[in-house]
Amino acid sequence: MSTSALQAARLILARDLRLALRKRGQVVQPLAFFAIVTTLFPLAISPELARLREIASGVLWVAALLASLLALEFLFRDDAHDGTLEQYALSGQSLTWLIFAKTSAHWLLTGLPLAVMAPLAGLSLGVPYAAVPGIIIPIALGTLVLSLIGAIGAALTLGVRRSGVLLTLLTLPLAMPVLIFGAQATDLAIRGATFAAPLYLLSAMAVLGVTLAPLAASAAVRISLE
Amino acid sequence: MAWTWFHRLASPPHVYALATRLTPWFAWPAAALIVAGLYAGLVLAPPDYQQGDGFRIIYVHAPSAWMSLMVYVTMASAAAVGLIWRMKVAHAVAASCAPIGASFTVAALVTGSLWGRPMWGTYWEWDPRLTSELILLFLYLGYMALRSAIDEVQRADRASALLAVVGVVNVPIIHYSVLWWNSLHQAPSVMKLAKPEMPAAMLLPLLMMLAGFTLYFGALLLVRLRGEILRRERSASWIREALTE
Repeated sequence: MSTSALQAARLILARDLRLALRKRGQVVQPLAFFAIVTTLFPLAISPELARLREIASGVLWVAALLASLLALEFLFRDDAHDGTLEQYALSGQSLTWLIFAKTSAHWLLTGLPLAVMAPLAGLSLGVPYAAVPGIIIPIALGTLVLSLIGAIGAALTLGVRRSGVLLTLLTLPLAMPVLIFGAQATDLAIRGATFAAPLYLLSAMAVLGVTLAPLAASAAVRISLE
Repeated sequence: MAWTWFHRLASPPHVYALATRLTPWFAWPAAALIVAGLYAGLVLAPPDYQQGDGFRIIYVHAPSAWMSLMVYVTMASAAAVGLIWRMKVAHAVAASCAPIGASFTVAALVTGSLWGRPMWGTYWEWDPRLTSELILLFLYLGYMALRSAIDEVQRADRASALLAVVGVVNVPIIHYSVLWWNSLHQAPSVMKLAKPEMPAAMLLPLLMMLAGFTLYFGALLLVRLRGEILRRERSASWIREALTE
């Protein structure tokens, strides 16, 4: 027992990042999904930028929410299939730390790229350049909370067949506060106002998520492995 | 010694017998209170000076909304007990709560929107309380969906219990975010009535209905719990004795 919990977590983080870089599909797919969904709205509503700007924040957020939800299915699936997750649980290391590392890796691979890509989609919806930080920062924070909450749902639905819809049903109601304040922050930024207030609330949720969600997620993993 | 009553609650035959014995103690007072409360509320109470008779739906709506939350808390508490002490009966209680709670939530939503039609001029308003009630319904549905998706009873119990506990931590967050979400958007354009103090003739029936609904939930829960225990213990030998008694 020479590795500490932190070291083990760092090793898992590095492993997950390396794995994802070798299998790029899992990283690219949510981004492509996000791009396609945001393209649907101008087609469905109107090409008028003034109208699109009105709904841009909602479009970006709902698309980001669904894209990161889509990616959640991959979070534990492969590791559960080949028994890696079981080894983590048996390793004697704190499973909470290991799950936290996996969740962080997941956010680095889906949430962060989404946050970086969202302004591009935003600009195509008529959002002014000045609003770009108001898109990147809230979406980065929001997807972090989503990954954390989603990890609980993903762990609970591990053994379930066709878990996609179920995962959505479990995670979305819990994620609504994130959507409310995230979309509000972005909307304020698009209107040129200061978006600090909803951002603070979003950060509070991120802090709460970082502290509590890994505990629940690791308990869920243990239940699913029983 | 002091804890034996608690330990005995872990035994399905004991709880089954207890539930059978207690059911009438909940059911009859519930029926009496609801009948009396309805009569007092629908007939005796004076019409509201602004809403006329329309306000009377409160006697069903408010208790349903109250129960929708109370049942969720009951469910989550039972689930937590089941998780912590690995009590099978507690999981059975939690499982019995979910459909009841979902029904109360639907009742609250339906009566709310029926009331909204004449008062707000629309069946659905994105009012914070309506919205958080809707999200609560989704939480119930998610809980039931997870439970039915897992075949193995024990795993279904523990997984859904964890979900209920996570949900109960989230309910206040959801409630307040929905509240702030709406207050930061434009104020509702339809007129909202400020809540005046209720006169006793209106308040008393409401309290009776609240107590009646709570007892009614108790009775329903006991009946469902018995069914749940029977299903879970169907291969146990005590069932034969209990049923032939």
